[in-house]
Amino acid sequence: MGHSTIVTPTPQGGFQTHTVAHHFKTAEQEFQSAKLAFWLFLATEVMLFGGLFAAYIYYHDVYPETFQKGGALLDWKLGALNTGLLLTSSWTMAMGVRASQLSQRKQLVWWLVATVVCAAGFMVVKYIEYSTKYHHGIFAFTGLFSPDDHYAPDLQGLAYPQLYFNLYFTMTGIHGLHVLIGMIAIAWLIWRGAQGRFHSGWYTPVELVGLYWHVVDLIWIFLFPLLYLVP
Amino acid sequence: MTTYVPDIEKAPEAGSRKEPSYLDVTKGFWSWAGTLDHKRIGLMYLVGVTAAFLCGGILALLIRLHLWTPDGAIFENAVYNQVFTLHGVFMVFIFIIPAIPASLGNFVLPLMLGAPDVALPRLNLASFYLWLTGTIMAIYSILSGAVDTGWTFYTPYSLQTQQAVVSMGLAVFTLGFSSIFTGLNFIVTIHKMRARGQTWFKLPLFCWAIYATSVLQVLATPVLGITVLLLAFEHLYHIGIFDPAHGGDPVLFQHFFWFYSHPAVYIMILPAMGVISEVVTVHSRKPLFGYKLLAFSSISIAVISFLVWGHHMFTSGESEFVMLAFSFLTMLVAIPTAIKEFSWVATIWGGSVALTAPMLYAIAFLIIFAIGGLTGVFLGTLSVDIHLHDTYFVVAHFHAVMMGSTALAFFAGVHHWWPKMFGRMYNETLAKISAILILVGFNVTFLPQFAMGSQGMPRRYATYIPEWQIYHQWSTVGAVILGIGFALMLGYLIHSLFAGRKAAANEWGGVTMDWESPTPPNLYNFDEEPVVTGELYDYGHGAKH
Ligand SMILES: [Cu+2]
Repeated sequence: MGHSTIVTPTPQGGFQTHTVAHHFKTAEQEFQSAKLAFWLFLATEVMLFGGLFAAYIYYHDVYPETFQKGGALLDWKLGALNTGLLLTSSWTMAMGVRASQLSQRKQLVWWLVATVVCAAGFMVVKYIEYSTKYHHGIFAFTGLFSPDDHYAPDLQGLAYPQLYFNLYFTMTGIHGLHVLIGMIAIAWLIWRGAQGRFHSGWYTPVELVGLYWHVVDLIWIFLFPLLYLVP
Repeated sequence: MTTYVPDIEKAPEAGSRKEPSYLDVTKGFWSWAGTLDHKRIGLMYLVGVTAAFLCGGILALLIRLHLWTPDGAIFENAVYNQVFTLHGVFMVFIFIIPAIPASLGNFVLPLMLGAPDVALPRLNLASFYLWLTGTIMAIYSILSGAVDTGWTFYTPYSLQTQQAVVSMGLAVFTLGFSSIFTGLNFIVTIHKMRARGQTWFKLPLFCWAIYATSVLQVLATPVLGITVLLLAFEHLYHIGIFDPAHGGDPVLFQHFFWFYSHPAVYIMILPAMGVISEVVTVHSRKPLFGYKLLAFSSISIAVISFLVWGHHMFTSGESEFVMLAFSFLTMLVAIPTAIKEFSWVATIWGGSVALTAPMLYAIAFLIIFAIGGLTGVFLGTLSVDIHLHDTYFVVAHFHAVMMGSTALAFFAGVHHWWPKMFGRMYNETLAKISAILILVGFNVTFLPQFAMGSQGMPRRYATYIPEWQIYHQWSTVGAVILGIGFALMLGYLIHSLFAGRKAAANEWGGVTMDWESPTPPNLYNFDEEPVVTGELYDYGHGAKH
């Protein structure tokens, strides 16, 4: 046993062939295995964030007033802008996956570039939000948490206001890290896509990064109302 | 009824193989360190987890020797806390969780599916190196200021003690992802790499057990990951999530921790059950009694195990209703578990049982697992648990399940598949002696612990009142017997690699596909791609696949 199958794209011009790994019988088996593995990986992501959501909901219940006043300090307009950016990027990503399936090299690259631009916009907005909080003494971790009275008079006398903001920073921080990792992965796709690596015969990485991107988006869809609107 | 006699004459000569074995195909350090072959990765794991077991075992012996006298014979009290913590971390996270899936599972699963490898060989190697990294980080935490929290890292104490909790937490995080990668890989392998004709109900029960285990690894471990990550954040930056001084709730930590660590008990025991199923059927030469029941009981144990974590917290202040629910659900686990025990016994009943070394280990498992399982019902009972919580009764119970059952099943499997792995046989007489030593040693160690636990001896104490000395001394004697048994095993297993007789092509007359490959298997396992046509576990008339 042990053999290799080579997959060539339908319109051959300018594309690279793909060699199926030795232990798979067909390209289809390889593709389906990668996809199932990736779904399982995404399940671990959901469980990981699930833990954070559970903690958030629990403390929201314990300190309702803290969470209400804390949440009021977040700018829901910026949050909504970010939601829009991520939703748009999910759409461009889906279009990119479609382009790769149809062996449309140029379209693939441009859809992916659009996705990265949206993601970068998301990170910029996140940076604005974080730095505003930082300038007003609201910062995660350490003992440096000392919100200034003009900016956040409502936090006076509340029970453990830093708990709300630490959860906010931890949850959006870990989510932001996922966005960054996604941007790196998409940049890699752009580089390899421009070389003609992905085509109708083999587009597994584009498909998988696409799935990842949708889940990152989906997690934000839950984070946004929970952090910005519910309190 | 005839007993199977291995056809040693037919053992393939070195020259008669079509292809070199996976052990001979390439040589040198990098051919192992960089290998993508599931069998070599399995063996690297086997060496690794055995070394971890050795370290954890030596720590256990030190603990037992320390408890020879009521004031403690060896360590200062603070050092004692560090020793039992290390024992726990080594045995739980580094040895027993990867033990069966990552070593035996890696080796055997693709063979049982008639596949040339696991679905994701690179991820498999990555999992091994994550395990190695996590282990090194754990050892670093020990050297840089030993952790003394116990393996459960309960807050708030774990936030007040040494900084090494942070690196230990990150070590556990890394080990967790190693475990996730293994589980994820095996699920995909079982779905996508089965031989032609191998339907789900023609899967050997070991595969079902590994499948159920893998689901737990994938779904429960991330929660442990985020928990230890938050614990590290809390320790470093005081984010307040678990620390009551900053508004956090330490009981939330316990919920998070046990949401993983109860299913983790089944990550340990389910693959052990799978091994026992295979060993019992092969060495009784009888199909397993109640195949579908055994398969579905694995799945139902996995499902229920997500709903019982609260039984670790009956004394942490849960509401009465919640306690009742958790207690009831805990009792439910006993049903599929008992189904398994009865199925194994019914399989042995009327079979032509060969009392080989693997079978002796399996029988020892059946005995100790019955003890461990039944005492679990005691502890699941609310009123009884209030009395027994945090006593030696609990210690003895989970050692019966983890050490006396999972570790014994692991060694049953090692003895069972050893000839397939290395093409060599160990000295069976010595192997039987060590199996009996371990069975006796285990019971001498832990029966006194059940007794003194029911009288109130608390766990994790470095000293005790003199009334319990006799129990502690018996327990220490038992631990020494166990130590001798394991040392003997290590000795004859290593000896067999160099001087053992050549194993037969099918040493035990197994009929699943793992026994159809050449012994030891080729690099890609089989000479020709296997196709499944016959019945599973068919020992009659040599008619098989
Ligand atoms: Cu439990």
